[in-house]
Amino acid sequence: MSRKYDVLVIGGGNAALCAAIAARRGGASVVVLEGAPKFYRGGNTRHTRNMRCAHDAATEILTGPYTEEEFWKDLLLVTGGRTDEELARHMIRESKDILNWIVEQGVRWQPSLGGTLSLGRTNSFFLGGGRAMLNALYLTAEQLGVEIHYDAEVTDLVVEGGMFLAARLKRPIDGVNEIRATSLVAAAGGFEANIEWLKEYWGDAADNFLIRGTPYNRGSILKMLLAKGVQEIGDPTQCHAVAIDARAPKFDGGIITRHDSVVFGIVVNKHAERFYDEGEDIWPKRYAIWGRLVAAQPDQIAYIIFDTTVATSFMPTLFPPIAGATVAELAGKLELDPVALEKTVADFNAAVRPGTFDHTILDDCRTEGITPAKTHWARRIETPPYLAYPVRPGITFTYLGTRVNKEARMLMKGGRPSANMFAAGEIMAGNVLGKGYAAGIGMTIGSVFGRIAGREAAKHARN
Amino acid sequence: MHGTRILDEADRLMTVCNSCRYCEGLCAVFPAMEMRRAFSDGDLNYLANLCHACGACYVDCQFSPPHEFNVNVPKTLAVARAESYAAYAWPRALSGVFARNGLVISVMAALSMAAFILGFAAAHERDVLFGVHTGPGAFYKLMPHNAMAALFGAAFLYAILALVMSVRTFWRDIGAPIGGRADGGSIFQAIRDAGELRYLHGGGVGCYNEDDRPTDRRKLYHHLTFYGFLLCFAATCVGTLYHYLLGREAPYPWWDLPVVLGTLGGIGLVVGPVGLFAAKMRRDSELLDEGRYGMDVGFIAMLCLTGITGLVLLALRETAAMGPLLALHLGAVFALFITMPYGKFVHGIYRFTALVRYAQERRQAG
Ligand SMILES: Cc1cc2nc3c(=O)[nH]c(=O)nc-3n(C[C@H](O)[C@H](O)[C@H](O)COP(=O)(O)OP(=O)(O)OC[C@H]3O[C@@H](n4cnc5c(N)ncnc54)[C@H](O)[C@@H]3O)c2cc1C
Ligand code: SF4
Ligand code: SF4
Repeated sequence: MSRKYDVLVIGGGNAALCAAIAARRGGASVVVLEGAPKFYRGGNTRHTRNMRCAHDAATEILTGPYTEEEFWKDLLLVTGGRTDEELARHMIRESKDILNWIVEQGVRWQPSLGGTLSLGRTNSFFLGGGRAMLNALYLTAEQLGVEIHYDAEVTDLVVEGGMFLAARLKRPIDGVNEIRATSLVAAAGGFEANIEWLKEYWGDAADNFLIRGTPYNRGSILKMLLAKGVQEIGDPTQCHAVAIDARAPKFDGGIITRHDSVVFGIVVNKHAERFYDEGEDIWPKRYAIWGRLVAAQPDQIAYIIFDTTVATSFMPTLFPPIAGATVAELAGKLELDPVALEKTVADFNAAVRPGTFDHTILDDCRTEGITPAKTHWARRIETPPYLAYPVRPGITFTYLGTRVNKEARMLMKGGRPSANMFAAGEIMAGNVLGKGYAAGIGMTIGSVFGRIAGREAAKHARN
Repeated sequence: MHGTRILDEADRLMTVCNSCRYCEGLCAVFPAMEMRRAFSDGDLNYLANLCHACGACYVDCQFSPPHEFNVNVPKTLAVARAESYAAYAWPRALSGVFARNGLVISVMAALSMAAFILGFAAAHERDVLFGVHTGPGAFYKLMPHNAMAALFGAAFLYAILALVMSVRTFWRDIGAPIGGRADGGSIFQAIRDAGELRYLHGGGVGCYNEDDRPTDRRKLYHHLTFYGFLLCFAATCVGTLYHYLLGREAPYPWWDLPVVLGTLGGIGLVVGPVGLFAAKMRRDSELLDEGRYGMDVGFIAMLCLTGITGLVLLALRETAAMGPLLALHLGAVFALFITMPYGKFVHGIYRFTALVRYAQERRQAG
């Protein structure tokens, strides 16, 4: 049995809902197939907090301005130039309007409360967080008459010559196991929860990765699309990865397992050796590099070591630090070689040069004569109890994706645009993010391209 | 480790929330939490009483059950709140009343009403109790005004004393400087916050009830109940002033101030509690402290009973039913007064106190 709609949206996160709402407002009949059960609807979007948008002047929720040009420069910086300029600039331009559009869909912004992150100028915060934002989008979509199904995993796509015909379901819905549609919007996320797939690029190291978000983003739709001739974009080893608490659950630990204490201490690997400049740049600019750094260490584990003087200088943490009265005792608890850790700490302490500590700027507290150096915020670790957090790579999302154009239309191998297939969100994030990450840009990609994809998909369906 | 298991759980949740903070814009609980890194029993009781049970942080939380972090702030704080009432009760010996509150209230109400009826009957001839009394002083044919004033004055003063003593302990425990006073500005701020139920709004969209569609229903019914209660109280005060200052005796004509206030208040006290009860019955059980149903329902029933008996008395006061109805109404009010410090009534008092503390903390933080 099959049923036909104007627009079929696969996924249930920010990108999918923005597309569904835009398509419905564009006059199309729309069905959303979300693979997860209702509670887990909305994939990684559930875990988000803010969105980065350009704006020309300060608003109630944002200090400003954050111009298109500045946004573009920030993107250029984090990606090291690995971005599609035309697409990225288009996204940044559209992001201005998205700030208001998203509010019209029922999403509420939080007035800046002083906050814990220094993002009050560039990023708007969802009141109540990403799940609150999703709840609003779902409510609006339902009220507009978008049909939504949960536990509706798509397991096969029927595509002929770049033209989408139908999607097959793992479990039938009301006796229907095939959904046909005039247009397709693929917004089913990346493949970060698919450890087997990650291992193709990372080897066995991927077994030690923790997945910060949904276990449902297994990249199955991405894989199918690439197999059906859609052009691929992005480096499969590139992703957004941060160092998170090693005690976090394998999946879905969300935001609360992160650590922002790196700049206050030193980071050692399982041989109790330092391996990177912990004072390189200000949080959160350098937040996203530590996942990769830890992934490159033996057994993909590292330890942030600090002392009691800084224990309250950063956000409270979910898991308490591991404590020892001496460095050797701490080493014992971490199962590190006590002699090696004592030496690393002593060497570091001896290299610290006096300076004026200020964690809000790149200060002049630095080391001399050790490698790697700690170029800012270097202070001796000498006041017991000594404290540590064990950390592992926490994968946020992957960048391998489907190539799209400014209409969010997928491009087939050879460059021909697909007749009726569109993509939005994580699944095409690699077009904009060749590498690196700037906080809040995941939501920008999802909302901007989601809205475009929905609009274009509806336009195609009604022609 | 805390004094009770629910406080241990509240501590666990506040640790989770403090490393998340997504809900900081929803109500006062989260900003208050962010001012702390560790939580004493008093801190947790403070946060529990700041919570207005709007449910938003449950519906908005990515870690609510079935997630393994199992974060359910509204329910945990509801249980902690209810336990805090017993913990701060005065005299301590009566703290157990909270646990059996539903039963105690119904027994008290039944006994008080029966006592008034029997008292009227014993003090008077049958035909006085069932007689038709009209005009000024009609009520006092059944019970002399002075006796009424003494009885209710005593019950009321007892309730006030017990509440003041409880709140004193609470105030000390929630981190107010020992002997420290609430300043006028903070009290004024708290009156405004409580008066408009500022935090029963899920961050602006309303309160969560049976599903994830917020409404303002509970806020409306709560307002009706609360302002209904205040209007009835005002009616009593005006009546007392009439009596002593102007020498005018009840019952007053329907258009007179005490009756108008009492009628409006009575309507609020009927519609509000009925609405709250209906909302509670339909509410997602994940948001409720179901173990304390009795206490909530008992309080709702008492308010409703007070309102209904008052309104019926007004309607039938010129008939032979006036005597028994007056006895019932006075019984209900009497029971309400003396059970006040040991039931759901206190939630308003503690919440208000917590709001004062919050206003003060905000000012200190600048
Ligand atoms: C902890 C954490 C914090 C983050 N914080 C931020 C932030 O503050 N700001 C920001 O911009 N970004 C943030 N991100 C990144 C952000 O979550 C993503 O960029 C964004 O959610 C992507 O949206 P999406 O709609 O493309 O994918 P998702 O929201 O992940 O949605 C994908 C959906 O597809 C569904 N799906 C997958 N396969 C199938 C299938 N075969 N059939 C049907 N459905 C399927 C999934 O169930 C899921 O609902 C964060 C990510 C994490 C993990
Ligand atoms: S209730 Fe959930 S979303 Fe809200 S602050 Fe706590 S953990 Fe975060
Ligand atoms: S239920 Fe409402 S009032 Fe209570 S803590 Fe959550 S958001 Fe705040």
